Amino acid sequence: MSSFLDRVRSGEVLVADGAMGTLLFEEGLEPGQCPERMNLERPDILESIARRYLDAGAEILHTNTFGASAVKLADYGLAEQYQEINRAAVAAARSALAAHRLAQETVAQGEETTDAAVATARSAVGSAAASATESASRDVYVSCSCGPSGRILEPYGDTAETVLYEGFEQQLGAIVAAGVDLITIETMTDLREAVLAVRATRSISPDIPVMATMTFDDTPRGFYTVMGVSVEQAAEGLLEAGADLIGSNCGNGIETMVRIARAFAEATDQPIVIQSNAGLPEIREGRVYFPESPAFFAEKAPELLEAGVSVVGGCCGTTPDHILAIRRVVDERKP
Amino acid sequence: MELLLEISTSLQAGDDGRVYELTVKAIEEGIGPKEILDDGLIAGMNVIGERFRRHEIFLPDVLLAARAMYAGLDHLKPLFLRDGITGRGTVVLGTVQGDLHDIGKNLVGIMLRGAGYEIIDLGKDVAPETFIETAEKEAAQLIGMSTLLTTTTPVMARVIELLKEKGLDGQIRTIVGGAPVSEGLAREIGADSYGYDAANAVEVVKALLV
Repeated sequence: MSSFLDRVRSGEVLVADGAMGTLLFEEGLEPGQCPERMNLERPDILESIARRYLDAGAEILHTNTFGASAVKLADYGLAEQYQEINRAAVAAARSALAAHRLAQETVAQGEETTDAAVATARSAVGSAAASATESASRDVYVSCSCGPSGRILEPYGDTAETVLYEGFEQQLGAIVAAGVDLITIETMTDLREAVLAVRATRSISPDIPVMATMTFDDTPRGFYTVMGVSVEQAAEGLLEAGADLIGSNCGNGIETMVRIARAFAEATDQPIVIQSNAGLPEIREGRVYFPESPAFFAEKAPELLEAGVSVVGGCCGTTPDHILAIRRVVDERKP
Repeated sequence: MELLLEISTSLQAGDDGRVYELTVKAIEEGIGPKEILDDGLIAGMNVIGERFRRHEIFLPDVLLAARAMYAGLDHLKPLFLRDGITGRGTVVLGTVQGDLHDIGKNLVGIMLRGAGYEIIDLGKDVAPETFIETAEKEAAQLIGMSTLLTTTTPVMARVIELLKEKGLDGQIRTIVGGAPVSEGLAREIGADSYGYDAANAVEVVKALLV
């Protein structure tokens, strides 16, 4: 498998997966339930979501561990199970990947025997699977999703830095041992917390690639997180802590994300990662609705590439169809 | 007045020690507690709320200002009781059942407290029945419900239904807010009002509880 960072540094654009939570709710996750409990109880659902993203052409798969630090799991009384929860998430992603590979090989062998059979298979399984067969040789990386603790650090809140650091160290230690290829520290609004998570990763592994992204508000004075962190401060602080790719996820639709990507490109020459929401959620007839369609993503994704983004994926509200749209844009750009 | 203005500016700077000292001094000088609250503490929080809304300052600044506000407010409370001054009203506040996000709700609580309301904060993951039992017991005029999740808005609707079933609607009013909540959703579930951010929530509550 070629090195993730070598590929990024060579100028390649990699496609990450889309929303996990949005699909978990579709699969019956109840409001108020801990999403990470699914790792123990319904790994089959995680596997099927991962396979849908693989079929769509994602080459970075995120584990269902956004809230799987011991500090966050404590909210649900699951702190003591943090190791099993992180391990199970990696196992589900790996097992989806193995099943995906097996399916690809089967289709590839079919191609050697009779073209007609494959044509039938292709029309039967649709364009997503067809795109997957084209990606037979694509390397896929499993990345640990690591989100914020939900606590506010002293002196503004009541949580000490050591509490968060230890929480991240436990989670990341467990998940690196379970065999992830990358770490994605995401949806951060406090730079100090994000830096603690990056540092905790670096204390566990000096060389695992780390992507670190924050969530920004579009203000009249530029992009700031709710804690008051600018794009420039985020870039500088996260890189200094040891992140390899930096950028933004969540909080905005793809048009605003294009502008955030440009702001990062101005602030740094290091590689950028953007995982956009499918717009901001609206409630229509009592149901949650994300307004940006896969077609809209297809229209806007080229602007992310022009801004110099190295990893493009989706956040809340995105589906395998959004990822397929990004995949096609990225493939068309290839020489 | 000079002293009250200084309370307001110290509060805006998040200097809780100074706000406490100045509040003590103001009481010693015989300034009425209501005046200290309105022209010192509330005046300062109003500026903070407006600047936060305009993105001129951020959450850390608001949290420090809130701490400074409490430093003064806690010292004034016994005087309100002594003088028989009643607040502007009582609000029962909580993040609805199924949701553990409380930063937004806490901000609303801070701003409402700063505006002179008595706040009973039920915390997060609050069941519909708890909202109503507490509001009845505390003779609250308003129930404020918050959520960050898109999936827990039906809990808000349930609270409003329960109020109607008990014939308490109109007597106990409702306000909803949070990232997935909109004016349209508030109308759809029958809430009396909607606040799009913490500062707006104060304005809406003031208009509702005149």
